[in-house]
Amino acid sequence: MEKIVLLGDEAVALAAVQAGLTAAYSYPGTPASEIMEFLIRHSEGGRKYTAKWCVNEKVACEEALGVSFAGKRAMVSFKHVGLNVAADPFINSAITGANGGLVVVVADDPGMHSSQDEQDSRYYADFARILCLEPTNHQEAYVMTREAFDLSEKFRIPVMIRLVTRLAHSRSSVQTAESRQQNQGLEYGTWQDWTLLPGNARRRFKILLDRQKELLDYSENTPYNQLVLNPAGGRLGVVVSGIAFNYFKEVVAGLPAEPSCLKVSTYPFPVNKLRQLIDRVDEILVIEEGYPFIERFIRGVTGIPGKTIRGKLDGSLPASGELTPDLVARALGLPERTGLKLGDFKLAGRPPQLCVGCPHADTYKALNEALKDFPRPVVFSDIGCYTLGALPPYNAIQTCVCMGASVSMAKGGSEAGIHPSVAVIGDSTFAHSGITPLLDAVFSNKVMTVIILDNGTVAMTGTQPSFGTGEPLDRLVAGLGLDQNHLRIIVPLPKNHQENVRVIKEELAYRGLSVIIARRECIQIVGEKKRS
Amino acid sequence: MKYDIILAGVGGQGILSIAFVIDNAALEEGLFFKQAEVHGMSQRGGAVQSHLRLADAHIYSDLIPLGQADMILSVEPLETLRYFEYLKPDGAVVSSSTPYTNISDYPVLEEVFREIKKAPVHVLIDSDKLAREAGSVRAQNMVMLGAASIFLPLKEDSLKKYIPVLFEKRGPQLVQTNLKAFDLGRQAARAGGR
Repeated sequence: MEKIVLLGDEAVALAAVQAGLTAAYSYPGTPASEIMEFLIRHSEGGRKYTAKWCVNEKVACEEALGVSFAGKRAMVSFKHVGLNVAADPFINSAITGANGGLVVVVADDPGMHSSQDEQDSRYYADFARILCLEPTNHQEAYVMTREAFDLSEKFRIPVMIRLVTRLAHSRSSVQTAESRQQNQGLEYGTWQDWTLLPGNARRRFKILLDRQKELLDYSENTPYNQLVLNPAGGRLGVVVSGIAFNYFKEVVAGLPAEPSCLKVSTYPFPVNKLRQLIDRVDEILVIEEGYPFIERFIRGVTGIPGKTIRGKLDGSLPASGELTPDLVARALGLPERTGLKLGDFKLAGRPPQLCVGCPHADTYKALNEALKDFPRPVVFSDIGCYTLGALPPYNAIQTCVCMGASVSMAKGGSEAGIHPSVAVIGDSTFAHSGITPLLDAVFSNKVMTVIILDNGTVAMTGTQPSFGTGEPLDRLVAGLGLDQNHLRIIVPLPKNHQENVRVIKEELAYRGLSVIIARRECIQIVGEKKRS
Repeated sequence: MKYDIILAGVGGQGILSIAFVIDNAALEEGLFFKQAEVHGMSQRGGAVQSHLRLADAHIYSDLIPLGQADMILSVEPLETLRYFEYLKPDGAVVSSSTPYTNISDYPVLEEVFREIKKAPVHVLIDSDKLAREAGSVRAQNMVMLGAASIFLPLKEDSLKKYIPVLFEKRGPQLVQTNLKAFDLGRQAARAGGR
């Protein structure tokens, strides 16, 4: 078959299609967005599978579960914090089990390139007691994703693919294989398996626990977990997983002899392979991207008598941030190499910023002016481009925690005596997780002001479609029971500045709940329309 | 053979389009390549870079180790300096001389150039002027690709084959503009740059 240029994300997406995917679901989030973008683009050629952006990750995961119940192959993909949103159906899908193959792709973001934390999804797979596959490169991402569907149907559990930013957003060539047809004729799931009443759930959980031995057997025998013993390699043994394997191989030639190495690409952790390694070395260096997941597993509470275990816990590697070939080289005791030095030249930083002409900028200017006479106003904000309003010249927001938290935190803040208590949330983030907290606030007519920045798109992740925009958004907000007199719409443009300040001030003065929708199309979308 | 490139610029300047052309040209010539790029938040007017590695054998790391890059190819002069520590002592710097001043503390431009010129092999290209000459100020990325092409281990024809692929959807005019931008950049680099 052909060799093609793909992002790591795209290798996963194409593999799913060629593994007989019936439906895939996602919510945009860096570094996972390109999986769904590829699936949507690729389906435009009349290929008969469903590929949809969903309103949030929980919904995406549940839709995929419905597909699996029906006996068809499903994939759901999102960034690591998206799995927090989807945690409820994710964990419980391990109890119901999968019928049609169910693959959960999670892209972690070590180094927090575009995220608020660097949580490690391998813990979630362990928590749910399912298989986790962690490819080291593009070809493995392709082959392992295809296999993940087979494994899901073989063991009747969901299977996780764990990616990290450097694989998700790296491009290389991939050799593809023959496509497989979609599932035909598989029966639906049975109510005894899928209705998690306590009696059923206990039985199902026991089945999941009993299956652990088979999962471990798989992990011990799969060629993706590879033990290479090199007697000439000395007393050091290396345990290395995922993309860290590449950094190890990149720099290891600098050592006089290659140490014995256990490459780990699937979990549960291959214990017997580890024992074989431990028997032959005195010192173990664990190199993994993310948290010290394997390292803690090996170390346990008391360590291994007579053996030294090194990694992120003893400071051989940094406990946070991304690995690099240079960090791995240092942990292996190789000399540091650097290039040209800048001397005393001061390199100015260039952080991301709102685009020139961005509607959020006009909203923030108006909001700042409307708030300037209050002694201690607080603006709770949310996840999106508008989070950049925290930086100069706006300095307009004080919080950004997780999707939808602006509205709930503003209510809590109001109840703790903050006034004005303002929430600023984008239209797509509002649809994702802002509706339920707003309903909560409507119910008690809390004294707070919610500003929905409706730019009509999910801008930060690449202008994917939004579910809560335009006139339907107005009706949605009104339908939650908000007093119609306090649902206001403004158009954030420099020429409307005074008018917008006046509207915001009026609503800040109201002793109840107000929603102001600041509506103007994202200038990235305006630009795209012009160009096409 | 192994050739490592740091691509640099500001979000929106089109460094991923440069990467697209080099990736496909490399594949066409039977080389292995890996290219780590940046998406998401930093694309909004922030510093962006891509590690692009070419070789005639399997490449392991997606990232280039410090002091190993054969070239820094940058569409913006300050961004060139940000990645200096990746450059080999004898590596080449191919940099635009057109500043992108969306920050308030942008250094004095002549000082930026003075630092760039400390690299033993450097070419400074007035990408703004040449892109305008080619027909669009947005074609600075292809000017810089053309300038870099005199060093790259890839044939000029392989590179130029993939420029139309990038722009053909938006009409023949834009294809011609970008091909011309490539040519002007290449000529300017041949002549020693700015």
